Amino acid sequence: MNAVSAGVGRQDAAFRELRRQRRTTTVIGLTILAACLLLAARISEFYPSSLAAGVPRIGEYFARITPSLEWAKLFAGVDTEGSLAFWFYRLDAWALLLFETAQMAALATLLGAVVALLLAFPAAKNTGAPAWAYQLSRRFLEATRTVPEIVFALIFVWAFGVGALAGILAIALHSAGALGKLFADAMENVEMRPWDGVRASGGSWFEACRFALLPAALPDLLSYAMLRFEINLRSASVIGFVGAGGIGEELYKVISFNYYEEISAIILLVILSVMVIDLASERLRRRAIEAVA
Amino acid sequence: MTPVEIASWQARMPRAFGPTPRGRALRVLGGVAFLTWLIGTLWWFDVSPQRMWNGLNGLLVITRLMIPPSPGEQWVEILHGLAESVAMAFLGTFIAALIAVPLGFMGANNVVTNTLFRFSLRRVFDGFRGVDQLIWALAYVRAVGLGPLAGVLAIATADIAVLAKLYAEAIENAEKKQAEGIAAAGGSPTLVMRFGILPQVAPVMLGHALYFFESNTRSATILGVVGAGGIGLQIAERIRVRHWDEVAFIIILMVLMVAAIDWLSGKLRRRLIGAR
Repeated sequence: MNAVSAGVGRQDAAFRELRRQRRTTTVIGLTILAACLLLAARISEFYPSSLAAGVPRIGEYFARITPSLEWAKLFAGVDTEGSLAFWFYRLDAWALLLFETAQMAALATLLGAVVALLLAFPAAKNTGAPAWAYQLSRRFLEATRTVPEIVFALIFVWAFGVGALAGILAIALHSAGALGKLFADAMENVEMRPWDGVRASGGSWFEACRFALLPAALPDLLSYAMLRFEINLRSASVIGFVGAGGIGEELYKVISFNYYEEISAIILLVILSVMVIDLASERLRRRAIEAVA
Repeated sequence: MTPVEIASWQARMPRAFGPTPRGRALRVLGGVAFLTWLIGTLWWFDVSPQRMWNGLNGLLVITRLMIPPSPGEQWVEILHGLAESVAMAFLGTFIAALIAVPLGFMGANNVVTNTLFRFSLRRVFDGFRGVDQLIWALAYVRAVGLGPLAGVLAIATADIAVLAKLYAEAIENAEKKQAEGIAAAGGSPTLVMRFGILPQVAPVMLGHALYFFESNTRSATILGVVGAGGIGLQIAERIRVRHWDEVAFIIILMVLMVAAIDWLSGKLRRRLIGAR
């Protein structure tokens, strides 16, 4: 009996000790978090006073953006205030810009995927490319992946002039970096026996890449590239903020000039088209993978 | 095999004998359509070899001017910009993660059983997700003025919806037994959430929040381009006045900072999740 109660007592003490320890770590963690938050708030000028002054203005701004639609006149013509047609009065121009944005994203994804594919072979460890080629391609992919596309766009606008070309190249360069790493990783996971077969029967390194590695990795590569297209569509819709083409330029203009209702109209169009393309691209992706695999 | 036999087999399974005429025609057609699209869009975007050549030359000149990178005379300003970017990302992610917790509970089907409410809430999340952070930043700059406050708000708004969706999924995937045990022992719904579900999903939530902190550090570096504070403003300004060596220096610092935050956050994430 005594031994049991002593055991229970020991266990109880151990439990209390553990609980105390956990409580101390929690308190220390929370203190560090609070300190970081205070510091961050100070650096980013997130003061209660500025917040209190800002919040009402945010409400006011979003109230102004919302269109003043009226039920009775909802489907009236372009000239009636309060109708859908009045809200989207420049739908034709915006649709064209949206189409341009989608084309920019498609071209950029294509270009980026081609560059990524070429660099992925030396960047995959299992292809046994020379060390300098491996390092060079890996470092290049890393660098282009880390620098945001807007920064590339800012630089390319100087080099290639204002317009869609700068945006396409900027998005392409950034996606080459992101896709290249994914491509190389997908290739590293491929079964290596076909590769050995091609090499053993006298195939060159390029032939082994083409006939042993590429067919096995292709479904993965395709699905990554199509996912990237969806991401690039979002980037293409804002890259115009720095003058690199697409619907972003128009959006920047209407926000800067405070054309309130047009802002909500364009944003709604962007959301809708991104959603539709996402859905369509998901379908297409599944079918393409089934067809290839 | 006689030629007659071969012909009969070819009639029976044509695809075993190489591409059929129809397949070949389809492939050629696809190739032609692709080329037409490519040439058409390139022509539309006014991409000519001449223009590419000039642009690449310009790029070469810019790259040559970037070497060697130099901090210029405004060290303090650059460091302040970097700190501002990290602070914006940290605060924005924290606010978003905090607001997303109750929203996540509301969006989870094992907590809220009202399907219509849940469905519409999820669609609202989707809509918010479609708007890019830069668009929010631009709108907030018009609403609360230039500066990092707009950036914090933009990061928070853009992330609330995504985090709430991830949280809702985590809550739906949580083990039911603990929650049922607390309900069976007479716990109120609030107690069920606090002691039955939250301990299970808290590590997942923290992990997601840390991931978002990492990705927000990257995006906080560019929000300044539209005037929402952080290092982006410095880059945009220096590009405008063509101080390319300083641009290169800031880009290098940016990359280093992002790598440092990734490393720190990865370490923290492993500790927080691994400890449980």
